[in-house]
Amino acid sequence: MMRFMLLFSRQGKLRLQKWYTATAERDKKKMVRELMQVVLARKPKMCSFLEWRDLKIVYKRYASLYFCCAVEEQDNELITLEVIHRFVELLDKYFGSVCELDIIFNFEKAYFILDEFLMGGEIQDTSKKGVLKAIEQADLLQEEDESPRSVLEEMGLA
Amino acid sequence: MPAVSKGDGMRGLAVFISDIRNCKSKEAEIKRINKELANIRSKFKGDKALDGYSKKKYVCKLLFIFLLGHDIDFGHMEAVNLLSSNKYTEKQIGYLFISVLVNSNSDLIRLINNAIKNDLSSRNPTFMNLALHCIANVGSREMAEAFAADVPRILVAGDTMDSVKQSAALCLLRLNRTSPDLIPMGEWTSRVVHLLNDQHLGVVTAATSLIITLAQKNPDDFKTSVSLAVARLSRIVTSASTDLQDYTYYFVAAPWLSVKLLRLLQCYPPPEDAAIRGRLTECLETILNKAQEPPKSKKVQHSNAKNAVLFEAISLIIHHDSEPTLLVRACNQLGQFLQHRETNLRYLALESMCTLASSEFSHEAVKTHIETVINALKTERDVSVRQRAVDLLYAMCDRSNAKQIVAEMLSYLETADYSIREEIVLKVAILAEKYAVEYTWYVDTILNLIRIAGDYVSEEVWYRVIQIVINRDDVQGYAAKTVFEALQAPACHENLVKVGGYILGEFGNLIAGDPRSSPLIQFNLLHSKFHLCSVPTRALLLSAYVKFINLFPEVKGTIQEVLRSDSQLRNADVELQQRAVEYLRLSCIASTDILATVLEEMPPFPERESSILAKLKKKKGSGTVSDVEDTRKERNTNLGVSSVFQVTSSPSSDLLGLGNSSAVNSGSPPAASNAASLLVDVFSESLPVAPLGTASAPIIEENFSRCFSTSMLDRYFWPSHISGRLLRGSPNISKNAFQTRSRLTALSAFRFVCKNNGVLYENQLLQIGLKSEFRQNLGRMYVFYGNKTSTQFLNFSASVVCHEPLNLNVHTKTADPVVDGGAQLQQILNIECLSDFVEAPVLNINFRYGGSVQNIAVRLPVTLNKFFQPTEMMSQDFFQRWKQLSDPQQEVQKIFKAKHSMDTEITKAKIIGFGTALLDGVDPNPSNFVGAGVIHTKTIQVGCLLRLEPNTQAQMYRLTLRTSRGSVSQRLCDLLSEQF
Repeated sequence: MMRFMLLFSRQGKLRLQKWYTATAERDKKKMVRELMQVVLARKPKMCSFLEWRDLKIVYKRYASLYFCCAVEEQDNELITLEVIHRFVELLDKYFGSVCELDIIFNFEKAYFILDEFLMGGEIQDTSKKGVLKAIEQADLLQEEDESPRSVLEEMGLA
Repeated sequence: MPAVSKGDGMRGLAVFISDIRNCKSKEAEIKRINKELANIRSKFKGDKALDGYSKKKYVCKLLFIFLLGHDIDFGHMEAVNLLSSNKYTEKQIGYLFISVLVNSNSDLIRLINNAIKNDLSSRNPTFMNLALHCIANVGSREMAEAFAADVPRILVAGDTMDSVKQSAALCLLRLNRTSPDLIPMGEWTSRVVHLLNDQHLGVVTAATSLIITLAQKNPDDFKTSVSLAVARLSRIVTSASTDLQDYTYYFVAAPWLSVKLLRLLQCYPPPEDAAIRGRLTECLETILNKAQEPPKSKKVQHSNAKNAVLFEAISLIIHHDSEPTLLVRACNQLGQFLQHRETNLRYLALESMCTLASSEFSHEAVKTHIETVINALKTERDVSVRQRAVDLLYAMCDRSNAKQIVAEMLSYLETADYSIREEIVLKVAILAEKYAVEYTWYVDTILNLIRIAGDYVSEEVWYRVIQIVINRDDVQGYAAKTVFEALQAPACHENLVKVGGYILGEFGNLIAGDPRSSPLIQFNLLHSKFHLCSVPTRALLLSAYVKFINLFPEVKGTIQEVLRSDSQLRNADVELQQRAVEYLRLSCIASTDILATVLEEMPPFPERESSILAKLKKKKGSGTVSDVEDTRKERNTNLGVSSVFQVTSSPSSDLLGLGNSSAVNSGSPPAASNAASLLVDVFSESLPVAPLGTASAPIIEENFSRCFSTSMLDRYFWPSHISGRLLRGSPNISKNAFQTRSRLTALSAFRFVCKNNGVLYENQLLQIGLKSEFRQNLGRMYVFYGNKTSTQFLNFSASVVCHEPLNLNVHTKTADPVVDGGAQLQQILNIECLSDFVEAPVLNINFRYGGSVQNIAVRLPVTLNKFFQPTEMMSQDFFQRWKQLSDPQQEVQKIFKAKHSMDTEITKAKIIGFGTALLDGVDPNPSNFVGAGVIHTKTIQVGCLLRLEPNTQAQMYRLTLRTSRGSVSQRLCDLLSEQF
């Protein structure tokens, strides 16, 4: 079972965090800090797995972003690596050539996609079509919902 | 403004995010955030009702602020309101906020639960999914309570959509993990298992995760999943790569599902059904074969997915550990990966091989890769890979390659990463000890360890080498010589000084004959390090010095001079000061005899599990310490109990595996161990109740020296045997008339007066075995209840009644209420002797066998003499004491007829078994036996002298006991006279 997933930038900015077990906020911050330090210190070409506390860390860097998963002792490292890749593919497909900014400005979408893909730390559906269908359906609903608004209204100045 | 992708309408949010990104400093960011928070708060508090869209936008902003790492203390209510919106995106943001921000004890949980309940019953699959996600994300107990019934129902309902089924399966999984007690099992078990047959591979994948978790907890209930999983797996591995459409990942058919199915099968032993087993073997072979095929794609995703399945298959093969061909094939495959250009594969191959090394089928095959692994240790650029190589070397080590592996690890240690040094040190120490053929090699290895990585050598490691040297007299001379040489180095590690100080203090005399290591040179060498050491080491050195005074009278003056110097006698550290004062005084006033007694060589340490191994286990978690021999042994004999005392393990004809074990109890130290692994250890136990086992290692008397020792080992080093030896109870005669109650003492109890182990009781149903240890006024008794029948004993209870609770205290741990047929149950009794006592405690056993209740009462062999500590003394001291105890009440004498043959050796063994020291050369008549000891109780200590005079012609004995307490004399006389 996956315990948590983190996305952070080369500069150590946390872009997305998903925790699959109840963890106190303070501990989360501590773990994130510690783990980012460990992962960012590693050189390219090093192996994608490391032991950290009682967990296995599986990470991979895509452009400026590190995707980092913590899984349990008996979990399969290679398949976790492909969980990361599939998630990246999903983001890419949804945003169209995804970049870090997409995830910053549409963080809620990134969470929705992750939720459709992983749930309770286990993989929910591995089919790319299956996951994207769910997200696109939601977007369709959203577009129907909303009438365009003026910029002023958006800024709360109307 | 960044490119806004489709479906995004919240421009205000994007503006805010942009602002934050443009902030030049942390302060500017905080300022901007506070401004926004104030804005949102005023909106939420404002009179004007907010529309759904605005609410959504502000909640989303709050979420963003929270994710930046700032605290959010409002907005929860607005988020909960969003849940009941019928607009999907509003609902979605509400749920997201709640998943991220609501903790389980929130007051809002009832409102949230209501909203979830509505969505679950909405029959709208998108809403249902949102609700299920929220339950899984929060996973609190309240939610488990609220939805424990709904979620399984949704999962197995016939009309549930596939996507909802997937969510429901994983939601149930999460609830089962957080609150397993709330999730009803049973009625839906078989329907869940049959989800493995579902047409939709997404459903199967989610369901497999659920079943794995459930099967780990209740393997029997989910046994039927094995055949379904094998069938499913077989279909996947034999399918063409395009058959599974979207579930084929880079030309690999359903890799995630395959991994999960293989994982599920690892919850079970190999299938018993031959057909299923054959099919599974075929699957595994196919997976192994595919690894040899040329890749269908050059993409790393292809090889990762394929190898993920392969590694999981190898895990299953190792788990089954039953097919030698598969195991060897797996090993060969991993061998190929050891030299693969992908670092990830090398890492995983090293990791998997560690587990393969513990299988007897593949241990030898793994060993053939030793050179590659050693090479990895030397050339890998990634420390985590090197770490795996160290682990594997450790796992593949056995007697045949120990020297090579230890040498390689030592040489790696010189350059090893600081992060893994301590672990390597522990591993080297364990391997060196475990596979030592010559002790000289062992000592060299440990000293090398200290030389190379002294800072990483933990206390346990140097304690250990000392224990071993103390217990093995054939290595003591070598050890003394080696440490002496090692100490010559101008800069040596403090740990080496500790070891050197200890060993020279004990065994320096063994090398003192050589003029190059004369006593004075030894002392000067040690003392040259003194000023560079920390206080604990200095304390140890002071003890070594006082030991030198005893070993080498010729350096007494020099050492006294050192002790007398201001830097010692007036040392700012009380510990050092007190040692200097006391040692100096001791060396001035005590006669050579007393010095020799007080400062005599340390007695051997009792055998224990290696504390180093315990430390490694603690460090790594016991599961990951692949101790080759242990795992093999465990598999063979199913060793349940910790092997510390090596009880209950052997499946011998004797149900309890006790047999007629040694008749001798304390007094005699354990013979130095036989095989190479002389596992001795006193440090793994905490002191108060602890070091049970032999009674010979003296412990500090607090009244003599206060308890200020700096380490456990030092306690033993502290030369205060004196107190134990010279101490006698004050003449404090009990006025109570002594009453003999021996008729109540069952005969069986007398059988155990001189021994601690054996079968206490036996009838057709039950056998009760004992193993016990006493030390000072404490004792621990292991009681083994063996069920001789094939039927369970139910409502089993065993309790102890003490007739003299003020004098003797027995603490019982509750025994398991069920003893299976043929099984054995262990119960531990902790015994504390408060004062002298007569009545042995009674063990009451009740259980139901068949229809009837069985009651058994047995007297436990806890007798006063168990709390003896033997006392060695010289003839002169003995008679001086003897004369002091001349009060008529203090002496009890008995003349009785011999019941057994009057064999001298047996008699000696019995007296030692009784607990006293057997004193040779005290009695002018060599055929008489003389013993001395101290009875330890919590309140008093009673010194005791005894004399046994056999008259072989008359087949009679005369036994005389003198103690400071009449009642004690009487009781001991009664107990001992029954033995001859």
